[in-house]
Amino acid sequence: MSASDSEKAALDAIPSIPRNTEGPVFAEPWQAQAFAMTVALYDAGRFTWPEWADMLSDELRQAGAGQTGEDYYHHWLAALERLSSDKGLTDEAELEDRRRAWDRAARATPHGSPIVLGAETATE
Amino acid sequence: MAHDHDHDHDHSELPEMDLRVRALESLLVEKGYVDPKALDIIVDTYENKVGPQNGAHVVAKAWSDPDYKKWLLEDGSEAIMSLGYSGRQGEHMEVVENTDQVHNMVVCTLCSCYPWSVLGLPPVWYKSAPYRSRAVIDPRGVLSEFGVTVADDKEVRVWDSTAEMRYLVLPQRPAGTDNWSEEQLAALVTRDSMIGTGLALSPDEVSS
Repeated sequence: MSASDSEKAALDAIPSIPRNTEGPVFAEPWQAQAFAMTVALYDAGRFTWPEWADMLSDELRQAGAGQTGEDYYHHWLAALERLSSDKGLTDEAELEDRRRAWDRAARATPHGSPIVLGAETATE
Repeated sequence: MAHDHDHDHDHSELPEMDLRVRALESLLVEKGYVDPKALDIIVDTYENKVGPQNGAHVVAKAWSDPDYKKWLLEDGSEAIMSLGYSGRQGEHMEVVENTDQVHNMVVCTLCSCYPWSVLGLPPVWYKSAPYRSRAVIDPRGVLSEFGVTVADDKEVRVWDSTAEMRYLVLPQRPAGTDNWSEEQLAALVTRDSMIGTGLALSPDEVSS
C-alpha cells in the first residue's frame, strides 16, 4: 500500500485518536513478522486471499473454542507454514532443519550480539 | 534483586515462536519469495500509518457531507477508496449505518476478517473465540460487557465478515456537534464505535 499524497494529506489533517485503551497492535515482534510475510506472499501472488482465509479459519477451527486472542498468532503462523508447504515454497523437513539451525545459532551467540545463521560453526 | 534461576546468561536463547518465524522468513527470503525490505514496509504501515484514524476520517466526512454519506452507504469500497484508503486484499467494503432503530455490530465467526485498510489491525478481543462465538448468539450480552446498552425496542444486527466482504459501522453522530468541523468530529470516532462494540464519544468526553 503506497501512501498517496491525498492519503498523507488526509492523515495529517486528522488528529490521532487517543490509543491508550487500545493496546499494542502486535504483542511481540514475531507476530508482526508473521503478519508481514503473509501479506508479502499474497502481494507476490503466491496465494489468493480466500486461500489464506480458508487455511487460517481451518487452523482456528482445529484449535477449538478454548483459544484466546493471545494465541491467535500461533495459529496464524501454523496456517502460514502449512500454506507455504502446500504451495511448494518450503516443506516441513526444511523448516525443522532451519529452526534447529537458528536455535543453535542463538545459543552460540553472546548476549547483546545480533544472532546470525552460521555463528555456531565459528565458535564451536 | 538477584536472579537465582538457572539461566545461561552468557548466551542467547530464542523463544519457540521466534525460531519458527526466523526459519520460515529466512527460507522465503533466500528463495526470493519475499523481499525483506517489503516486510519492513508492511510492518511499518500497519503499525503506524494504518489505524482507526483512517476509519474516523471516513465517518467524520459522512457526518459532514450528505452526498458522501449516500455514496458511502451505496458503494463503500469506492467511497472509501476516494479518500485514499484501499483494501490490499481486494475485499469489498460495506458500510452499515446505526440509526435510532438499528444498532450494528461486526464479527468474523470463522477467523478474524477485519477492515484493515480503515481500522488497522484487529484488537485481541476481536480475534478471541468467546467474542467470535458469542457475538452472534448473544449480541446484547456482549454489548453490555462493552458498556453499550441497546434499548429493547432497538434492533441489533450482527454482520459476519468474510475474506471477500468486510463491514464498517457508521456510528450515530453525537448530539451537540452541529457546527463541528470534520477534524473535530473525527476525534469523537473510536475504533470500537466502527466495529459496533462502542458508540462515538460525546463532546463532553473529549473536552475533559
